[in-house]
Amino acid sequence: MVNEFSTPVVPTIEPVMQPSIEPMLPRLYQVQRTHKETHETFTLELTPEDGQPLVFTPGQFNMLYAFGMGECAISISGDPADSSKLMHTTRIVGTVTTALSKLRPGDVLGIRGPFGRGWSMDLAEGNDVVFVAGGIGLAPLRPAICHVLNHREKYGKVVLLLGTRTPQDIVFRRDLQKWRSRLDVEVLVTVDRAESGWQGNVGVVTGLIRRAPFDRLNTIAMICGPEIMMQFTVMELLKRGVPAEKIYVTMERNMKCAIGFCGHCQLGPNFLCKDGPVFRYDEIKFWFEQREF
Amino acid sequence: MTLSSLAPILQEHEFFAGLSPEYVQLLTECASNIRFDAGDMLFRQGEPADRFYLLRQGKVAIEISAPGRPTLTIKTLGDNDVLGWSWLFPPYQWQFDARALELTRAVALDGRCLRGKCDNDPVLGYELMKRFSQIMLDSLNATRLQLLDLYGLPDRRSAW
Ligand SMILES: Cc1cc2nc3c(=O)[nH]c(=O)nc-3n(C[C@H](O)[C@H](O)[C@H](O)COP(=O)(O)OP(=O)(O)OC[C@H]3O[C@@H](n4cnc5c(N)ncnc54)[C@H](O)[C@@H]3O)c2cc1C
Ligand code: FES
Repeated sequence: MVNEFSTPVVPTIEPVMQPSIEPMLPRLYQVQRTHKETHETFTLELTPEDGQPLVFTPGQFNMLYAFGMGECAISISGDPADSSKLMHTTRIVGTVTTALSKLRPGDVLGIRGPFGRGWSMDLAEGNDVVFVAGGIGLAPLRPAICHVLNHREKYGKVVLLLGTRTPQDIVFRRDLQKWRSRLDVEVLVTVDRAESGWQGNVGVVTGLIRRAPFDRLNTIAMICGPEIMMQFTVMELLKRGVPAEKIYVTMERNMKCAIGFCGHCQLGPNFLCKDGPVFRYDEIKFWFEQREF
Repeated sequence: MTLSSLAPILQEHEFFAGLSPEYVQLLTECASNIRFDAGDMLFRQGEPADRFYLLRQGKVAIEISAPGRPTLTIKTLGDNDVLGWSWLFPPYQWQFDARALELTRAVALDGRCLRGKCDNDPVLGYELMKRFSQIMLDSLNATRLQLLDLYGLPDRRSAW
């Protein structure tokens, strides 16, 4: 007898969408719109100067080149079904991200990509899907959420759990409201700290897992946030009974070439830029738990 | 709601999972049905802590106030959560404020009544202690995580 719950999940390696042209050569994109998400995060809406749309899978990233300043890896945050624009949502932390934050409509930047292995959207079909995002970790999950909602009939229950530091740090507010207004998605938001005017949840995001409505054995969990937050989220999901091979995390390390040459992004035997950034938890469990990696 | 109709609510609550029906019946004698409208205070810091609550439906904010500073919400609790353990330890006083953020229905369990039953039957006392210890441990761990400031930029391994 085959137990439906113990059916092994086939390996996650999916065909990776390769950059269409020379991978080290940036293509030029023009900024169409900028949107301030929070005091330290912003979204750029871009269109290619050569008119060729960029096809990507949810979870993939691009290298964004701010001329004269440098390059950095940023996940694609747009809807994969909308090829009219490319979206990136970025937190300002240093030189390049500050330069990117200063771009205005009409400005031009360079883009290489898309790179990496994204979320396993096909393997998630037929399952409940739980997205767990920490802060701006919602950005790389957004394309996956859009994909699931575009193909809603292929998935079971859909749950989004978002944790941020304060109510002011919540990104994609308009999307959250839109998703909340649908009757077929459960959206739970919590903040670590709030003054008394806040009517929403206060507490760590892991606390939401206990009460989230999903079938623990037929669930695919996709997590993106700081590593420490992902570690505790994984622990909570395992405690709730979600099998390790049904949990996916996205990892982040410094990137240079983004095509598996330079070794900058190494995590144990993996190069994050081509083997990741999304991994099935049981594939990288060992490296995930090592502090020095 | 009568006492007999509260028994199934207690029996089904996760907090009492595995507790014998006889004990649940005994605890029901200390239980009462209660509701709070949005904005109502369940209790205030310094007041006698004479009960705990099994929240059935709604949302409650645990708040802390200090002079000259805005009131901070430390945590919110919702459906099926358990609120309050100050009734277990002297001086039996609430350490924080608790405010209903929306219409909240709960079962209140009287602390003095419970302490009496636990003193008479240490097995029941131990069962309750185990359950409250778990809640206190979860709460301690959650507070530790909050202290870690998960979404800050401490050592920049991640920008999320
Ligand atoms: C696959 C991938 C996807 C990403 N997606 C996003 C995204 O969607 N949105 C977003 O805001 N950020 C994202 N990041 C993070 C982003 O790449 C970094 O924040 C960015 O490179 C910082 O560049 P900077 O020049 O502004 O900062 P820098 O001036 O380079 O750095 C500022 C400080 O942060 C450290 N640092 C910078 N980048 C990293 C890093 N990647 N790992 C560890 N330490 C670092 C530096 O050592 C320095 O201390 C992603 C990273 C990866 C690897
Ligand atoms: S960034 Fe060069 S190998 Fe990954």
